[in-house]
Amino acid sequence: MNLKALFAASATAALLIAMPASAGQLTIGFSQIGSESGWRAAETSVSKQEAAKRQVNLKIADAQQKQENQIKAIRSFIAQNVDAIFLAPVVSTGWDSVLKEAKEAKIPVVLLDRDIDPSGKELYLTAVTSDSVHEGEVAGDWLAKTVGAKACSIVELQGTVGASVAANRKKGFDTAIAKHSNLKVVRSQTGDFTRAKGKEVMESFIKAEGGGKSICAVYAHNDDMMVGAIQAMKEAGLKPGKEILTVSIDAVPDIFKAMAAGEANATVELTPNMAGPALDAIAAFKDKGTVPPKWIQTESKLYTAADDPQKIYDSKKGLGY
Amino acid sequence: MTALLPRRGLAQILALIVILAVDRVVSPQFFDLRLQDGRLFGSLIDVLNRGTPVALLSLGMVLVIATRGIDLSVGAVMAISGAIAASLADSHGLPVVLAAALGAGLVCGLWNGFLVSVLGMQPIVATLILMVAGRGIAQLITEGRIVTFSSPDLVWLGNGSILGVPVPVAIALGMLILTGAVVRGSALGLLIEATGGNARASELAGVGTRAMILAVYVWCGVCAALAGVIAAADIMGADANNAGLWLELDAILAVVIGGTSLFGGRFSLVLAVLGALIIQTMNTGILLSGYPPEFNLLVKAVVVLTVLLLQSPKLSGFSGIMPPLRRAKA
Repeated sequence: MNLKALFAASATAALLIAMPASAGQLTIGFSQIGSESGWRAAETSVSKQEAAKRQVNLKIADAQQKQENQIKAIRSFIAQNVDAIFLAPVVSTGWDSVLKEAKEAKIPVVLLDRDIDPSGKELYLTAVTSDSVHEGEVAGDWLAKTVGAKACSIVELQGTVGASVAANRKKGFDTAIAKHSNLKVVRSQTGDFTRAKGKEVMESFIKAEGGGKSICAVYAHNDDMMVGAIQAMKEAGLKPGKEILTVSIDAVPDIFKAMAAGEANATVELTPNMAGPALDAIAAFKDKGTVPPKWIQTESKLYTAADDPQKIYDSKKGLGY
Repeated sequence: MTALLPRRGLAQILALIVILAVDRVVSPQFFDLRLQDGRLFGSLIDVLNRGTPVALLSLGMVLVIATRGIDLSVGAVMAISGAIAASLADSHGLPVVLAAALGAGLVCGLWNGFLVSVLGMQPIVATLILMVAGRGIAQLITEGRIVTFSSPDLVWLGNGSILGVPVPVAIALGMLILTGAVVRGSALGLLIEATGGNARASELAGVGTRAMILAVYVWCGVCAALAGVIAAADIMGADANNAGLWLELDAILAVVIGGTSLFGGRFSLVLAVLGALIIQTMNTGILLSGYPPEFNLLVKAVVVLTVLLLQSPKLSGFSGIMPPLRRAKA
């Protein structure tokens, strides 16, 4: 056996040992906000699924809605020398020093679902978020297309006053329907993103609009308010989904249940899969050094009754919503 | 007798009439009533129906405040009982569901009462503990998600009707009569007022002040649990994050609008419920008015301030109609 063959054999052996470590087993730390909502729980479970699919070792730290816990988690991830850190920031400011520590340790950070204060832009690799203005536009475009040329009075259930998501979803929807003079928002009131308030506000809309006969469509900034509004319409003897069109945002399981029953028409998904695109970006960055764009926008997919809502309900139900 | 026939309720009744009149102006169909699926339907019914949770809370709260206490935990207790009711609704019968949910409220009340009357903690601190922890307990029960149910019995509690009257309204009315009969039909109300007026003197005079305090917190917990069950039944689901959120403040406000002093010593059940209705009449009016939602809280604050000013002893001296009536009854 000559030297060359020995060298080749040992190189192959070395490669075989090295392979699983470099390509297979990325270790990523994920500092999750906590369980503030059903969507958040779904995001956590989808992140686990996506990581398992790519054979990534994902370590999730639950911060229980506290920034100091997130900072602690990031420091501990740095100490463990993980390959990358995912952060779903609970607030937008106060991250500079801990993100600098990560940068010095050469650990890339990816923001999930929420952005941070602009001053920290160079401190993270990319942010994977949804565009809530675009979500409103998708909802408005669907309504405009469905209504066609006939006049349509819309009532709007806004999210919490002052919440940026509510303002953006309103803005996007308004932009989309501004192109169609036959569509008009006749009433708009906050339902605080909750079922109970959505129901109460819808009850008053129905009374104020002559028993609801003049309402052509309801737009809600989230599905939970719409679920409440659907109950209010049914109790008033109206037929949501048939007499009154509904479009809302988030795509939580219960709206698919309503859709399957023919009581809701459309929802725009705020995907809980923020980790998937983030994992792909990290893999490309680690393997080929591809630097992703500063913002990766997730898809705002529209679902209607044509998309087999019962099947989607069954698949989403177990995610923790 | 005096509990059921308010002698000092003029300011409240006046306020309610004024707000109703304003509602009629902003929404011409305000007083329209019709039957929908055998159930009365109209804005007035909405006021009564939506006012039910706070009215129930205020029934318990007014007794606690009469003893010079306060219960900040009622919103969290609503969340707990709603979570329990929703979790059990589809697997158990209504009696079991109600017993479990109201039992939880009773235990919460016992806990608050124990901290205040036995350990002598300040009520605001003692009940703050459960206000914070209670919502966490509710979230543990629901695992942070909205637990939905379809049990027709429980749904009926929130959406059904008895002779056209929504079930929640009938329950609130029943609770008002029951509470009134118990505390005013006996010397209990007087003993509660004595405890609040001067606990030490009452103790020396032979009033079991500890038992009184424990009892009012327990009743407050039960009322809150009932409100929680109704709130969950209304939306056919338990939302631990939002059920009863900040309603403790509305309940205290209802009691205060009802003319009960936070320093204890006297109370009126009817006026507390009237206070709850005033708040809801205003809320419904705001929703009907079509003003941008940014104004909601501002309008609410101005109306509450006006109602409280109407009751202020210093200002009522100028109002002309209040002093003669007050003096006549004094």
